[in-house]
Amino acid sequence: MRNPQLNAHGELTHLLTLEGLPADVIRHILDTAEPFASIGEREVKKVPLLRGKAVFNLFFENSTRTRTTFEIAAKRLSADVINLNIGASSTSKGETLLDTVDNLVAMNADMFVVRHSQSGAPHLIAAHLNAHARTHVHVVNAGDGRHAHPTQGLLDLYTIRHFKGDFGNLRVAVVGDVLHSRVARSLIHGLTTLGTPEVRVIGPRTLLPTRVESLGVTVFNDMRDGLAGCDVVVMLRLQSERMKGALLPSAGEYFKHYGLTPDKLAVAKPDVIVMHPGPMNRGVEIDSAVADGARSVILPQVTFGIAVRMAVMSIIAANQGPPRR
Amino acid sequence: MSAPALPDLPDAEAALAALAARMRDAVAYDAAFVGIYSGGAWLAERLGAMVPGNHAVGYIDVSYYRDDYSTSGLKGGAKRTELAFDVDGGTIVLVDDVLYTGRSVRAAINELFDFGRPARIELAVLVDRGGRELPIQPDYVGVRLAVARDLSIELSKDPGGSLSLAVERRTGN
Repeated sequence: MRNPQLNAHGELTHLLTLEGLPADVIRHILDTAEPFASIGEREVKKVPLLRGKAVFNLFFENSTRTRTTFEIAAKRLSADVINLNIGASSTSKGETLLDTVDNLVAMNADMFVVRHSQSGAPHLIAAHLNAHARTHVHVVNAGDGRHAHPTQGLLDLYTIRHFKGDFGNLRVAVVGDVLHSRVARSLIHGLTTLGTPEVRVIGPRTLLPTRVESLGVTVFNDMRDGLAGCDVVVMLRLQSERMKGALLPSAGEYFKHYGLTPDKLAVAKPDVIVMHPGPMNRGVEIDSAVADGARSVILPQVTFGIAVRMAVMSIIAANQGPPRR
Repeated sequence: MSAPALPDLPDAEAALAALAARMRDAVAYDAAFVGIYSGGAWLAERLGAMVPGNHAVGYIDVSYYRDDYSTSGLKGGAKRTELAFDVDGGTIVLVDDVLYTGRSVRAAINELFDFGRPARIELAVLVDRGGRELPIQPDYVGVRLAVARDLSIELSKDPGGSLSLAVERRTGN
């Protein structure tokens, strides 16, 4: 079966996951994002690429930051953005996901930005649109369950490339709750596709997926061992609900072992960069002295996220099903 | 059957000298030269040094303003538009290598207005090959050529910085 993200010409028409996406497609997105990064500095912070297109933000799960950056990205491309507060609307009255989608297509939607707590929901929508010859409508996955968060993975890749230039000789550590993290999964797929020689995951056994090594990573349970000599450290958010189960003793205990402090970071390379997808739990997975310190690139990540989302939307919006002249 | 022979092209450096001579006494002393990537950018730099005056040089990439995005998509390798001077109230000379349909110039004018309101915009081109599809005319021209529609004229720059023109038959599309 063909990759549902690509059309018959191998062009990106939906962005669902970085897994299986060819390296040249990923590089094209990162290259395209680069000039978009300067549009925020213009007098008129807009370009007319998606003028007249309707982008629907379908957030079945809350996320202020991701929804806002998608909204800004779409508006800087001159699209019309419609935010649907799904929790308070049709689904609570019993409408199915695909019925919701069909209704919005009937309102001439051009693109859906989808966040859902169920893994695979954006795939389901994209497959439905493809199967019903609605290939002019595009889907961007803004995070589905534990599966993928491809635009976050791309903005992380963009940030690493911006500060480190190339992936060819990097040692990257992803630290924390890899088990529940779609961010970690997307980033790891992207890093390995672009040829990063060493990707490490660091965390307690209870927060690492079984057989995580099959993703092409090296596993460490000790922070100092894992951080030694790293060029890039990506901290993951520890979701407070994990504390309620039997996975972790307490936030304080977690911080003692896996919280990123200046002391632990000292074993990484002197020019290491520290990243975090946000929102941060200061004093749980990261110390304020690191989060606000000289090695932190957490706020540039947010700015780059807008440019990367503009690149994704402008690439997929122009790639349609029927063959092009 | 062999295709008709390709036309002879003028020397690009001679055309540039002719263009600079026409601009020398006519362009405002403080006009900014804004080149449309990529050929126009090379020309704007050269003209900035050849035409007397205090000419800021800027660069514009019209990829986001083109009218063929919905059919052709984003061409790879868009560059950053860089206008490191105040567009508001200034005189700007747009510089391009080959003026043909006028669509790139239309896109460039639209983009300029997203940076401010220039007092005046002029257009300088190395080659005017005719074939306009929009009411756009150049103020300064290096050389005028009549070229068949199926031919494409490309400006290139060698490692030493000197410019040359080449003609190609359009392929495929």
